[in-house]
Amino acid sequence: MERIEAIASRLEDEELDLDTALALFEEGVAELRAASAFLTQAETRLKQLNEDADGLFRIDDLRD
Amino acid sequence: MYVEESIPGATPGSAVSVMALTATARDVLEGAFMPLWVRGEVSDFKAHRNGHWYFCLRGEDAQLKCVAWSRERRRIPAPPDDGMQVVALGRLTVYPARGEMQFSVTRMEAEGDGLWRKALELTRARLQADGLLDPSRKRVLPRYPRRIAVITSRDGAALRDIYAVAQRRCPSVEIVLVPAAVQGDSAPESLCFALDQVARWGDADLVIIGRGGGAREDLWAFNDERVARALATCPVPTISAVGHEIDMSICDLVADLRAPTPSAAAEAAVPVQSELRERLRMSAETLSALAAERLASARTRTDDRYRGLVLGAARRVERRRLQLESSGRRLHALSPLATLDRGYAILRAVDGRTVRSIDGLHPGTRVEVVLRDGTAAATVDRAVPNGQSTSAPAVAGTES
Repeated sequence: MERIEAIASRLEDEELDLDTALALFEEGVAELRAASAFLTQAETRLKQLNEDADGLFRIDDLRD
Repeated sequence: MYVEESIPGATPGSAVSVMALTATARDVLEGAFMPLWVRGEVSDFKAHRNGHWYFCLRGEDAQLKCVAWSRERRRIPAPPDDGMQVVALGRLTVYPARGEMQFSVTRMEAEGDGLWRKALELTRARLQADGLLDPSRKRVLPRYPRRIAVITSRDGAALRDIYAVAQRRCPSVEIVLVPAAVQGDSAPESLCFALDQVARWGDADLVIIGRGGGAREDLWAFNDERVARALATCPVPTISAVGHEIDMSICDLVADLRAPTPSAAAEAAVPVQSELRERLRMSAETLSALAAERLASARTRTDDRYRGLVLGAARRVERRRLQLESSGRRLHALSPLATLDRGYAILRAVDGRTVRSIDGLHPGTRVEVVLRDGTAAATVDRAVPNGQSTSAPAVAGTES
């Protein structure tokens, strides 16, 4: 979301060349898709951080 | 005579040793008193190098020699000052080496919470000296966190409260518990370890550290200097949420944001999903308007190079539009292309390829014009490359 807002404000810059503007626009569309998909989540995921002996992290579902 | 002789110390002949007498006195005293609270004024306080504290408790015309052994004074928040009115819990005993009665103290409370205040002030002063309380250290919280780490106990109310608020405001946000003991002697170490884990994990946008309300001693881990320092160096922005409305904890001073309760922390951390959707919709509109404006201004230029770019842009936009359509109606409603596509048409040759150039277009060439809502077959009447005439477009074209 912050990235989308940053892209929009950069696109407002008149000096931006067209190729850059288009690349930004395409990135913005991709970000919009990702953000939109993110916002369809209907139930909060509750996880727990677990660290194994090698210091690798895993996040597991937390059932309550 | 014989009887008196048999009683230790009854006659010069049965005199007891000093050690035997003081040891017996100690046994008698220790047996006579349960551990008890004593009230008095502290004087002659000395903290010895070896960690033990020595002082007197005075009252009227009496005084009591006291000691607080380093291993037994963990529950005393701070060393008392001379003149402080305190109550101290201890055992009465005799110190044989000095032949003195001694009160061995394990807990102490001062009037007006003096010791707690003093402990807080001492810690606060050390953190301040290291610049950890500098307001300029406070970081701005992320506006759109996707994943929030919560350092608290697994079974406490804090986790449930935070989860409930997240579920209500924005279920998209993921809550990741980093379990820690939040009270008891092991709590400071446990909290430090959890903070270290969050730092090494590096995948949280924000961390909430806290617990629900409790007695002051239960909350004391959040006043621990080690915890405060770990919190201050946390690479992820922090919210402290120790469930007490009135007192500030040391963690509150160090965290990027202080919330009075875990629920309030979640309110501050989690945006509202419907507002996010609205903002996203507005961003999509802004983005599409800017892109359209950009394309329109580019299109008005007569330069060949710009025409090529515009056609390229239209192609790319079309490609993107087709992708987006397939990703479903919701996404389509959000897509900036839903508004962009109004003005565009694509010219295709009979073999289906998109026509990008006047080359290959001649009077009589059959083409297909693809519009938003249908397709039209057309025949080229006239084909004029740029530069030969500026008065007419090459072909029924890409503009509406």
